[in-house]
Amino acid sequence: MCGAPAQGGTLAGVDLATQTVIQGSVWHDGTPVAGAYVRLLDATDEFTAEVVTSPEGEFRFFAAPGTWTLRSLSPIGRAERSVAADVGLNETTLAIA
Amino acid sequence: MSRNDVLVTADWAQENLGKPGLVFVEVDEDTSAYDKGHLEGAVKLDWKTDLQDPEARDFVDREGFSALLSAKGISNDDTVVLYGGNNNWFAAYAYWYFKVYGHRDVKLIDGGRKKWELDSRPLSSDVVERPATQYSAAEPDTSIRAFRDEVVAAIGTQNLVDVRSPDEFAGKLTAPAHLPQEGAQRAGHIPTAVNVPWSKAANEDGTFKSDEELAKLYAEAGLDEGKNTIAYCRIGERSSHTWFVLRELLGHENVKNYDGSWTEYGSLVGVPIAKGA
Repeated sequence: MCGAPAQGGTLAGVDLATQTVIQGSVWHDGTPVAGAYVRLLDATDEFTAEVVTSPEGEFRFFAAPGTWTLRSLSPIGRAERSVAADVGLNETTLAIA
Repeated sequence: MSRNDVLVTADWAQENLGKPGLVFVEVDEDTSAYDKGHLEGAVKLDWKTDLQDPEARDFVDREGFSALLSAKGISNDDTVVLYGGNNNWFAAYAYWYFKVYGHRDVKLIDGGRKKWELDSRPLSSDVVERPATQYSAAEPDTSIRAFRDEVVAAIGTQNLVDVRSPDEFAGKLTAPAHLPQEGAQRAGHIPTAVNVPWSKAANEDGTFKSDEELAKLYAEAGLDEGKNTIAYCRIGERSSHTWFVLRELLGHENVKNYDGSWTEYGSLVGVPIAKGA
């Protein structure tokens, strides 16, 4: 497998003692944004991965500890934020202004 | 071969939907996107179930590919216009695959599904049926496909381009960051490979950068145009994207895609591995 699995849903089967999971959802005007493209950029702003949000607006990455940037693209606009991730679950929200 | 022969814009695609002699094909690993909405009249190919042998780790064979395209209603004379998700990774893989089997006229939609969606262009959920054809695939063209022994032989002598993300190249990750970290037995890269992530060849909306920007990118990375080139990634679809750039957009000769890629190389016994940037 190389494309992204379905976004959101349970973390069953994911070992949070070893994996660095960065997950969250994209919002606009109080509603989740489905079908947004969320890009994960590393500390040097280099592209690392991209997923498409679930019907509930969710995204999830398997990264490594460190500082990352999340950027979402969609027809209604874009959003961006920085995340300092540690091993385990790192949750965040992207809000499109 | 130049950009205009192999790449079409989303505008061109939208204006030419349904035109006789053109077959639009969406290629994805997860075809649920197609099922929810696709370009009007486009058929789908599933990267895994349609294009990979169910038992051996290999392509479907020549007869299998002929039967697949016949069932999809694609003729040898049709112009196949490919697009897909993941910044056209799987569409680029299919492009390379169609070329391995000798299809004459294949094109990619610049930006693929992402640009189409970001532009809010129309999608259809109608079921697409095309009358079956008698497709006849050519003998596989191995001048564009690399196998493990020639990859090992290329260390220090030919251009090896690792198109994975810097952290995968360095050995910090063994898979792209949207996937659980698993795959090869060892992390790292093939010694003497240069790291030019596929994403550097693409704009944020999934379209390819200009020929000038692309030529500069690979020249600065130290690619020697006088040598043969092998591109690899983890399983060979991101490197198809780079293979497309080097061979079809920039016109380099003797460029091969190593579809065994890191999942094969990183599990081989007795081969050298490099780590770090």
